[in-house]
This record gives sequence, structure tokens and C-alpha cells, in this order.
Amino acid sequence: MTTIPTTADRPIHAAEPHHGGNYLNHAAGFRSWLFTLDHKRIGVMYLAAILFSFLLGGIFALLVRTELLTPGRTIMTAEDYNRLFTLHGAVMTFLFIIPGIPAALGNFVLPLMLGAKDVALPRLNLASFHIYVVGALLSVAAILLGGVDTGWTFYTPYSTSTGGPVILVTLGVFVLGFSSIFTGINFIVTIHKMRPAGMGWFRMPLMLWALYATAIIQVLATPVLAITLLLLIAERALGIGIFDPALGGDPILFQHFFWFYSHPAVYIMILPAMGVISELVSIHSRKTIFGYKAIAYSSIAIAIFSFLVWGHHMFVSGQSELAVVIFSALTFSVSIPSAVKVFNWLSTMYKGSIKLETPMVYALAFIVLFGIGGLTGLFLATLATDVHLHDTYFVVAHFHYTMVGGVMIAFLAGLYHWWPKLFGRLFSQRWGNVGAVLVFIGFNLTFFAQFVMGAKGMPRRYFNYPPEFEIYHQISTAGSYLLAVGLFVAAGVLVHSLLAGRHAPANPWGGATLEWQAASPPIHHNFDGPLVLTDPYDFSGLVWNDAEQGYDRRDRDKETANP
Amino acid sequence: MNALAHAAGGSTPASLRPFLAQLPDSFWMPAQASSAAGDVDTVFYAIYWLSVFFFAVIVGLMAWFVVRYRRRGPDDVAGRTPSHNVALEITWTAIPVIVSAVLFVVGFKGFLNLATAPRTAYEISVTGQKWQWFFTYPNGHVSNELHVPVAQPVRLTMTSEDVIHSLWIPAFRVKKDVVPGRYNRTWFQAETAGTYPLLCTEYCGTGHSDMLTSVTVHEPGQFEVWLDQESNLLADLPPAEAGAALVKRNGCLQCHSLDGSAQIGPTFRDLFGSSVAIRDGGTIIADENYIRQSILEPAASVVAGFEPVMPTYAGKLKDQDITTIIAFLKTLSGLGGAEPEAQAGPGPDDSGNDGAAAVTEVP
Repeated sequence: MTTIPTTADRPIHAAEPHHGGNYLNHAAGFRSWLFTLDHKRIGVMYLAAILFSFLLGGIFALLVRTELLTPGRTIMTAEDYNRLFTLHGAVMTFLFIIPGIPAALGNFVLPLMLGAKDVALPRLNLASFHIYVVGALLSVAAILLGGVDTGWTFYTPYSTSTGGPVILVTLGVFVLGFSSIFTGINFIVTIHKMRPAGMGWFRMPLMLWALYATAIIQVLATPVLAITLLLLIAERALGIGIFDPALGGDPILFQHFFWFYSHPAVYIMILPAMGVISELVSIHSRKTIFGYKAIAYSSIAIAIFSFLVWGHHMFVSGQSELAVVIFSALTFSVSIPSAVKVFNWLSTMYKGSIKLETPMVYALAFIVLFGIGGLTGLFLATLATDVHLHDTYFVVAHFHYTMVGGVMIAFLAGLYHWWPKLFGRLFSQRWGNVGAVLVFIGFNLTFFAQFVMGAKGMPRRYFNYPPEFEIYHQISTAGSYLLAVGLFVAAGVLVHSLLAGRHAPANPWGGATLEWQAASPPIHHNFDGPLVLTDPYDFSGLVWNDAEQGYDRRDRDKETANP
Repeated sequence: MNALAHAAGGSTPASLRPFLAQLPDSFWMPAQASSAAGDVDTVFYAIYWLSVFFFAVIVGLMAWFVVRYRRRGPDDVAGRTPSHNVALEITWTAIPVIVSAVLFVVGFKGFLNLATAPRTAYEISVTGQKWQWFFTYPNGHVSNELHVPVAQPVRLTMTSEDVIHSLWIPAFRVKKDVVPGRYNRTWFQAETAGTYPLLCTEYCGTGHSDMLTSVTVHEPGQFEVWLDQESNLLADLPPAEAGAALVKRNGCLQCHSLDGSAQIGPTFRDLFGSSVAIRDGGTIIADENYIRQSILEPAASVVAGFEPVMPTYAGKLKDQDITTIIAFLKTLSGLGGAEPEAQAGPGPDDSGNDGAAAVTEVP
């Protein structure tokens, strides 16, 4: 156990209430937020922007599901349906899931977990947010100009020949890429340079390993998307033949380029989610994480493998059979580190002291849903079955189980877990759990029905469909409404907590990572006194303090008394 | 024809309904009708039960731990267990490695079977185009529905006229993208006579979900009879009837109605001889030359109120074909003599076809 001196020399209790002084009220006014260099405020602004995007993408999803209640036209035309599912995919992918955990939660907790005052490059961090807003506005402007119907994948030559403001959306995504790259660079530098003395690589919280692995992918893969989108714009605007065979191009080349980014992007989404779950399972079981090194290495393994499997999106595209076979083999490799993580989480819970606090309920939902998402991936990695299942609702269900059942659920888990730290308020655990259960049931109704109809013959991106699929679509749509209700309950719990929640203690869950030694909410420069650095999953020194309704470090006074 | 179904408030072509309902299928998979389907389904169900097993183990353990090791009070601490266990961790890394390796090999073998057509396969060319299919048989006959003989390998050599499409026959478990600028191939051997859906599974725009047709698997000996009849259809028909058959066969009715309603393109009803407003200004009398130009150079003079989305039929329709189509359009304007009888498609499968039915709807 070591202590870390922080900016203040006074040996005071780091978690002592600061009589109202915190990062939220440190400075007032619109400009104090818009031009802040404080990672916490940037994280909160990201959170607001991302939640707004999530709401927008969610509304699109509900409209899509409502249209699919009946075959043929229910509430809109085929053209409008095509624009809506495109916008749903693009908004959810580029504005919500990719930046969700790293840019919002990661920005907030990463420096705190390192016991640092801020990220290494605060101006780059602010630039990342401003660029995100510009990219988002460009994309949203396209909606006002009538929307695009390319699908979020922008496959050529459809995307170069269809109408609508395709270039504007593409440009928006291009700009958003820089936001992602800047966040990645910042996290890599911060983790390398700002770890406190005594925190070696293998004493970092696993969330940081996950964010580090994510950042590597963000920095290495995103430029490929940028180049691809520029080529697409060049082809559409200038008629330069790159992807369109009518101009001498190759449409399959676009798919290679696109998935060379977009498959690793799947791991930009899921790796931070796994990081969140690694933290939560350990803390809410009050037990040392099992197989720390295996979890840390598996994050890096996933980051590396993620670059080698893009061709599995193209098993039936006409790429060479040899390439198909190699990509199938490589794809299976990703399943192994993912499975290892699940086994480690389970072993962590074994003989733990498990409390079903709302973040833990979401974490358990993650394990169930990610389990289904991962196992159904086996059907798609296996060539003989993928040929039948490719581009059907089975695939739609599979990636929603990993992206929504996985990433969105982990995002909510993390949001509830760090909420008391973010805003200094506790929330209603009972209603939090009600929301989680509604989300879980609604999600499964929505997407499990899609596995069945996909395998039975329902292709994806269909406006119209044969009537025997109607029952599955109606179950799915009903589920989506329940999911929406669950999410509104979840949001209501948090809003209520902001307005009327009890003040949060510094350490409501008994976490051993450093952010729990900051006040809730943290002061402007994060920490005020020396910090006690232990193994991030050593909960032995933390005891329940009934007066504070939180956990206290039993050995702290002794430690800080002898600096 | 699907456009017509939409206009009538329906959703699925009437011709697809009966056989969809008849198919015996399992909970997960549609009925098996090809030599590959059984193997694919065996692999599917093997992975399925494997997944059910692992899922039950994971969720079962999780639920048990949550109940058994629930926190009983704020001072409750976790039991002492090792922070890692090399033997255990190697074991649970090795298990997914072995499972993955086995699945890879099984999937690889199945894929080779799906990818390798026998030398003796019967060749059919496929062209995908927004939003219809053209199947060209070795004798040059072109149809919109696929017809194949039973118990004989059939190879499809496929390309697209515009954007990427993908041909999927769920009952055969085969799928392959249909890409402009290159030929993709797939093959199957149908084992059960009947009619099955054939769908587009690569998003291709407005009519993507209506880019579906059927595969008819003929009983032994019947395929040749069908092909012979269909191929000689035009030679034996009066021009207007041949034109009606061509309009149906080339998918014109996807976008052009016969009942006066405007769809993706203008209606054919009372078109011929009328004065039409042109998108770029001015009017044109829809005479023989205008019809001919609209078929060969569709973007030249687009009717006001419509988008220039029609593909060219240059190279697909011969001069003689266009002449018969003009003769048919004349009948829809009350010109050129008697209306064609409802025998646009006298093939054995065509009795319930929407296209043919649509032709007969003309009063």
C-alpha cells in the first residue's frame, strides 16, 4: 500500500465534504462549460450529447419497429422507411455507441482512476468534444435536408448513385472520426505518462486496460474509415471511379475498406463495455477480480484480433473462397478471449458477497445478453450456416444482442455505477432495478423474435414482408415499446436523483479504485489530499460506515498520519 | 407485380401465399428442398444445442452464485478464494479453442460443398436489376421466375445491372451477392418438386423488399416441356398478346400499372397516343417513336412528376419485341383491335401469377 501526494500538501481526508465546492459549481456560465478544459465537465457534456443522440436513435428505432407491425405500408412509405433505418443505424453507431463509454464515462473516470488532475492533453480533449458536436450537426443537418437511404454501411454503388445529401452525412462521419481519434490519443498518452508512482501496468483498474485497448483501435482503424469516406465523396462528387464498376471501380473494394474500420469499431464499442463489467462484477461482489492478467491480456488480444476478421462481413460477397476460409478461422479466434472474460467474471462472483445494486443488475443482464450475442456469433462464423443466415434478421438480432444487450446495457451499468460520483446524488435502487428488469424483458422480446424469423427466411432491411413473419414482427415491436418504457423508467430514476436524491458519500459501493477517494462530486482538481493506493480489487480495508451510508478506508487515518 | 399487390393494399404477391403456408418447417429453419439443406441444418442444430448447453451453464452458475453468495449485511465480506488458477484458466481457454476448431472444420467442409458445383451442372445466367430478376436459360429464353429440374445440379452465374443485390433461396440454404461488374456463382441441387421463395438480401433501395420471386422445381421430365413451351410462346401469339407477355416477363409492371394508378412510373393505361408533359418542359405525343425511345433511352424524356430511375432495355429487347409491346400498349388505349386474352403466360405455373392476373384486370 502506498500513498500518493496530490496537489494539496495538507494531509486532510480526501473524501471530506468540501462545503459545496466541486467541479459542477466551480465556475458558472455557459462559456465556463463550453470552453472548459476539465475532463469531468467535458465528460458530462459528452454524456448529455450522447444521451440526446441515443434518444434520437431510439425514436428512429421505434418508428422503424412501428412501420414493421404489418407487411407493406403501416405508417410510412418504403422511401421513408429506408431513410429511417439508415438514420437509426448511423446515429446509434457513430453518435452513441462508439463514443458512449469512452468519451462520456471514460473521460470522467480515467484521470480519477489514475489519481490525476486531468488527462494528459486537456485541449485535445476539448477539441474532441467540439469536433463531435460539429460532426453530429453535419449528420443531423442531413436529416433536415431529407435524409439519406444508403444504410449506415454506405455500400457502393448504391451510395454513389442514390439521391439525398449522402456527401453531408459522409462528411459528418468523417469529422466524427477525428473526435474518436483525439480521445484515443489522449487516453494512450494519459495512461502511459500519468500513472501514479506505484501503479504499474498490472495494478491498473481493468477499465483502464479496456480503454487503452480501445484507444489503440481508435487511433489505428479510424483513419482507414476517413480515407474510405473521402474516396466515396470523391467518387460521388467528382465521378472518379474507385468503387463503381460503371466508372471502372470495384464495389467489393469498398466493403473491404469499410469493414477494415467498422469491424474493429465493433470492439471500440464492446471493449470499454467489458471494462465496465470487470469493475462492476468485482466491486459489487466485494471480491478480488479472478484472473486479472487474463482479463487484461484478453482486452489486448481482442484489439489485435479485431483487425484480422473484417472479411467475415463478406462471406457471400464473392471474395475468393480462400479468403472466406481464412477469415472464418480468424473470426473464431475472437470468441476465445471473449469467453475467457465471461468465465473470469463468473469466477469472481464465486464465494463473493453479491449485492443486487442497480449497476450489478445491469452487469448481470450484460453477462446473459452478451452470452447470447456471443454464442449466436458461432452460427455466423461457421461458414456452412452463415451462407443461409447472412443478411437476415438473425444477423440483426446477433449484433443487437452484442451492441445493445452488450454495450448499451454496460453503458447504463457504468452510468448508474458512477452516477453518485458524477453528480453527488444517490438514486432509488428499487426503481433503478425495476427499470433494469423492464429493459431486460423488453430487449429480449424485441430481439429474440428476430433470431427466429431470420433463420426462417426474413431478410434484413425489408419494408415489406410475407405475412407469416407478421407475428414475429409484432412480438418484436411490442418488445421495443416495453424496452422504451424501461429506458424511460431508467432515465426517470436518474432525473429524480438529480432533483431529489440524497447526497452521495464518497464511496457508496465500496470501490477500491482511486476515483472513490475523491469527493462526490469531485472538486475541480479532483483530489485534495494524499491518496491510498492499493490493489484496485483489494476490498479488505473498506468498511461500511452507517452514518455516511458509504464505505470508509479503515486504514487510511493510520496511513495518512505517517506520510 | 408486387407493385400491383401494394396498390391493392396487399403485401405479398398472391402467388407466393399458398406455397409459403404449405411448407413443413422446423422451429428455426424453413423446409429443406435441396441436397445441401440437410447438412446445413445439421450443423445449425449442432451449434444450437452446444450454445444452449454453454448458455445454461453460464446463466445457471451466475444465478446460483447470486442467490448462494448474496450479501447478508453491510459488513459481509467475500470468501477467500485464489485470485487466479493457471490450470483452471488454461482449461477454460482450451475448451473454446477446441470447440472453435471443430466448428471451423465443420463449417469449412459445408462451405466447400456449397461453393463447388459438379461439372455436369445445368447453367442458368442470372441478372439482378432494381427490382427484378432475369433468368436466362441455355437456349436464350429469359424468365422472371426461376425454373429448374428436380434432382439435377444447377449452377447460377450471376451479375447485376446496377447496384449490389443478393440472391437467396431459403429452402435451398444458398445465398450469393449479385455484384455489378463481376460474375458470382452459386449452385444447388433441388430435391423436392414445388415452388419456393427467392429473395434479394442485399439492400438495393425502394423496391428491395419486393425484389422477390419464386423458384419452381419441376418434376422429372417437366422442366424441358416448360422451357420448350415458354421459348416458343411469342412465335405463336398475335403481337398484342406477345407484347403483354413481354411486359410481364420484363418486369415492366413493377413500376407501371395497367389500371391508371401512378406508381414509380406512369401507368400504361391510355398512355399510347396521349399527350404527356415532360419533366424538362414541353409535351410529347406518346407515339411509337416515343415508346421506343423510352424503352431504349429511358432518361431522354421522362414524364413530369416521375424520377429518371428506369434502367435501359437496350440489348434486352429486340426491335421485334418492342413492336409487340407497342401493339399491346395500343390495346390499353382502346386502339389496335381486340384486347389480348388472358393467356399471357400459358406455362404450367403461370395460372396464379400476378402479372398474368393483372393483364386480365384490364377492362
